[in-house]
Amino acid sequence: MSRDLPWPIDYVLIPALNLALAFLAGAVVLGLIGVSPGAALGTLLDGAFGSLDGAGYTLYYATTFIFTGLAVAIPYQAGLFNIGGEGQAMLGGLGVTIVCQAMGGYPLWLVLPLAIGAAMIGGAAWAALPAVLQVKRGSHIVITTIMFNFLASALMTYLLIDMLRAPGDPSPETAAFPASTALPYAHEWAAHLGLAMEESPLNLSFVVALILAFLVWLFIRRSLWGYEIRATGHNPSAAAYAAIPVDRVTVLAVCLGGACAGLVGINEVMGVLHRLVLGFTAGAGIVGIAVALMGRNHPFGIVLSAILFGALYQGGAELAFDYPQVTRDIIVVMDGLVILFCGALENMLRVPVTRAWARWRTVPA
Amino acid sequence: MSLIDILSVLAATIRLATPLILATLGGLFSERAGVIALGLEGMMLAASFAAASIATITGSPWLGLAAGMGVSMTISLIHGFASVTQRGDQVVSGMALNILVAGLCPTLGLAWFHLGGQTPALEHGQRFMPIVLPLADSLADVPLLGPVWNILIGGHNLIVYLAILLLPLSAWLLYRTAFGLRVRAVGENPHAVDAAGLSVAGLRYGALAVSGMLVGLAGADLSIAEGAGFGRDMTAGRGYVALAALIFGKWRPAPAFAACLLFAFCDALQVRLQGVALPIMGVVPVQMVEALPYLLTVFLLAGFVGSARAPHAIGVPFVKTR
Amino acid sequence: MATDRPAPAIAFDRITKRFGAVVANRGVSFEIGAGTIHGIIGENGAGKSTLMSILYGFYQADTGEIRLDGRPARIANTADAIRLGIGMVHQHFVLVETFTVLENLALGREGGLMLQPGIARARAAARAIEAAYGLAVDLDARVEDLPVGSRQRVEILKALYRGAEILILDEPTGVLTPDEAQQLFQILRRLKSEGKTVLLITHKLKEIMAVTDRVTVMRAGAVVGDVATADTDETDLAERMVGRKLAALPDRVPVMPTTPILSARALRIVDAGGVERVKSVDLDLRPGEIVGIAGVSGNGQSELMAALAGLAPLAGGTLTWDGAPVPALGRARALRRLGLGHIPEDRHKSGMVGPFEAWETSVLGYHRDAGHAHGAWLRPGFIRALTARRMVEYDVRPRDARLRTSAFSGGNQQKLICAREMARGPKVLLVGQPTRGVDVGAIEQIHARLRALKHEGTAILLVSVELDEILALADRILVMVDGRFTGELDRSEASERALGLLMAGVHGAAA
Repeated sequence: MSRDLPWPIDYVLIPALNLALAFLAGAVVLGLIGVSPGAALGTLLDGAFGSLDGAGYTLYYATTFIFTGLAVAIPYQAGLFNIGGEGQAMLGGLGVTIVCQAMGGYPLWLVLPLAIGAAMIGGAAWAALPAVLQVKRGSHIVITTIMFNFLASALMTYLLIDMLRAPGDPSPETAAFPASTALPYAHEWAAHLGLAMEESPLNLSFVVALILAFLVWLFIRRSLWGYEIRATGHNPSAAAYAAIPVDRVTVLAVCLGGACAGLVGINEVMGVLHRLVLGFTAGAGIVGIAVALMGRNHPFGIVLSAILFGALYQGGAELAFDYPQVTRDIIVVMDGLVILFCGALENMLRVPVTRAWARWRTVPA
Repeated sequence: MSLIDILSVLAATIRLATPLILATLGGLFSERAGVIALGLEGMMLAASFAAASIATITGSPWLGLAAGMGVSMTISLIHGFASVTQRGDQVVSGMALNILVAGLCPTLGLAWFHLGGQTPALEHGQRFMPIVLPLADSLADVPLLGPVWNILIGGHNLIVYLAILLLPLSAWLLYRTAFGLRVRAVGENPHAVDAAGLSVAGLRYGALAVSGMLVGLAGADLSIAEGAGFGRDMTAGRGYVALAALIFGKWRPAPAFAACLLFAFCDALQVRLQGVALPIMGVVPVQMVEALPYLLTVFLLAGFVGSARAPHAIGVPFVKTR
Repeated sequence: MATDRPAPAIAFDRITKRFGAVVANRGVSFEIGAGTIHGIIGENGAGKSTLMSILYGFYQADTGEIRLDGRPARIANTADAIRLGIGMVHQHFVLVETFTVLENLALGREGGLMLQPGIARARAAARAIEAAYGLAVDLDARVEDLPVGSRQRVEILKALYRGAEILILDEPTGVLTPDEAQQLFQILRRLKSEGKTVLLITHKLKEIMAVTDRVTVMRAGAVVGDVATADTDETDLAERMVGRKLAALPDRVPVMPTTPILSARALRIVDAGGVERVKSVDLDLRPGEIVGIAGVSGNGQSELMAALAGLAPLAGGTLTWDGAPVPALGRARALRRLGLGHIPEDRHKSGMVGPFEAWETSVLGYHRDAGHAHGAWLRPGFIRALTARRMVEYDVRPRDARLRTSAFSGGNQQKLICAREMARGPKVLLVGQPTRGVDVGAIEQIHARLRALKHEGTAILLVSVELDEILALADRILVMVDGRFTGELDRSEASERALGLLMAGVHGAAA
């Protein structure tokens, strides 16, 4: 029996239904803490899209989530679940910091590519050991990447308190980078074009994220390595039969994922904070899991679901402003629910929808 | 180090090992039945929140314990619903539940107790306090035996003793009873179980229920026995460490227990080492010392050489075929 | 019922079962007498397995009725079947390999909370059954340590221990040497003499003739024959099974001795568990010759194939191509580049990537070749056109290069793989179980392709557990037992009997 569905059902209807279920469960949680779900939804949508700066914030968050979503999606193509986006992003931020601190005064067109390179190397390096351990020793990559998140956190704490902290500054952060390394904001560009746009942290990184998503799609679907990664992920023994170096391809996929996560540093550290701050990743790596699963690990799907999560983040901030009992944790709840319904319970609606489709199709028109 | 120092490190090892042992035993039943136990962290965290909340509200640690076990079991069964009934990806399901719980506990905590996501500090009567063993006073002055009796063997809370008891009990359940045989069979070859006319799903749900209760005890230990209240992310990766211990112990109770002790010892030592000047190395930065258990986890997973293999059917949804 | 004739042990009455658009069983009716050995024969996909699954409670019939001893039986699940005294020995054994034989017997019949009494009961009962039917098994051995023949006896023991009066055996001899098969038949006759009813599902005519009392022939979901075995013969059964006269085999062209292209000397292979799977094997593959390797699966053939394809590391020995040694590093890729094709024995496991579209599967292993790739990029347009052409040439249906590989039927998947490995005109072709799970039409096509390649000068190595296939295709036959070649026969001197003796490990018994 073929389980094939037309793509609008497979890629739009079913994810939308799963998402609706996740939101329904989210509404129950809101009810539990005494917030009217209807009113909350209004606040959320208004905060996310109601104004241009709200939309700017939404896309700014989405930028980070595109990076962390791709960090999950590429290794997933090779059959591995990378939970280490958080730690890989931290190391990416470290790479960005090194470049920005050293390259003050150089033009941005030179600094940005170097910073991107450093961010990717930082993220890839932090992903490499768990990947190699998985391939060579069979160490469960989910556990090792989680441990590497803890380790990255400890490393960053140590570096920011004992090594990199600006002299005299009580908080764990570096001194501000040279102003020449800051990425242009969207509202600055808008002003150049004579458009009035309220200030938001949206910056050039969003364009970087969109280009990256396209390149990842091209790489996965069209390149030889992408072909080998997919073959390895779907059927490792067939890949080995096809003389594909399965181990190397697996490590490559995980490291590329780590490199994508590392780019979070471009958006947050180089684009907005202009310094390395402890905890700048703020759980983005975890959101990336939800983003990737909801986007069905497809780069374009990831862009869309990242924007949705960006809206959720921005709207959630507005929600927290209006309701004292709501914090950012509600977003973590939504992460969990989306991963549950769009990932683990993905089949729950697929089976009845497939059946309904088959029945509908056999009814003569 | 004096005898008292050594004894107190060992006693701390036992206390710190307790939640690990219980979570590992919980993971044991889940994984031996063929369901990946990646939700241990979330189950434990939810249990510690539920236990602390109910203990605060009712004033009874026993009701808190029951709530913790009940909530943990519920999450375990949701994991079962996704893994067994819906044949979903078990790793994804486990992570989803971990993340959901990590957000849900502080959210509910804030709404209910208005303490920034924590629960109020529990008073003595609301939690399981260290138990003073009989003869404690009369042995206090006896050299060696006195400190051993009072520091190492005595002075722990109820759940610590329960964990020590549940270890052989779990091994007995798994290896000596009909239920254990069926659980081990369903994790190795569910088709054989099915062909014997038994319900694969039923057995897996049963094992997950047992798993949930054990992990619930682990969570309760953190918040209403060892600690006095729930704090955000208070499990701090212990669920994953327990899973690592299980893998390193090759899915058998005794070696997994030993691995738990090793982790706990490392943790106890870590607390002791903070700020202490060591020979050669000097004072090790506190973050490095704190990272020790995580490093050890990676190290043990990397060093795991499997002559014994994982349960054969683990992570594979059961689809009835001929 | 007051008739003279006792009610049949099993009566199928107009059983129909559909899976979507496919009718797996179409009004199947026949009876099986108590205390007989009844054969059910048919090609792959004839519906015999579905029928047995209905009898054993895996599936429910859409319409129709099963009567046991004259009484209508409702078999909703396996537990019902067991309770009604039906036991099944599956083609792929369903045993817990890490358990002992006794633990496997006790599973589901522990009879209480504690395990030990259940084990003790199983031991006593197993001894009694062993004595009654001549089933010798080491009860305390772990199943994973037992040879295949013993595992099958464990399955029979298990069914009897669970109170089976009716025993279904699904393709039981596929994994056995001819000698072990004879032992199995002895056991079946013994079971019959003790009043048990035996159902033997097979596609091997010889087994039907050797051991059954009556035989039902199935084709395309329906019963096309139901006769006493004494009243029929192999040719009659074969023609009913296939539904037409069988084509005579083409004449064999004698092979001219040529220099070998792929040679192995003193090849040794040790698996991940440290077990020596292939023990010092010499092999020469020559252009225009099909070399067949016969043997019960699990005797090192798979490992040998993998090593010849460069997929498994050698523990010893050398591999040469055209007289030059093949370097160990990147061997698989180098061999493919030199002109090695490989049709793997398990296509689902190795030959294809299910979610890949047909065009992607059709370059698996050749995706880096010039033409398929340009620099670091695939050339989808080119590959799709190529795939579409091959689909016509090799009769792959449906002719849709963008359909997921897993959506094709088994035979069409195999044709897709054959097209990939054959179309490039390989100098050497390794072929493993080319017709496993493939329907009759596709088998004939695949065999014809192999003969054609041979005539074009390809050196072919054929590994198959089907002796008929080896005898039909090979020019030279090697028998592999326990990692060694125990004999080599020219086609002209090979017979099933001679091969059987060699497979049983009787050296030098050729003739």
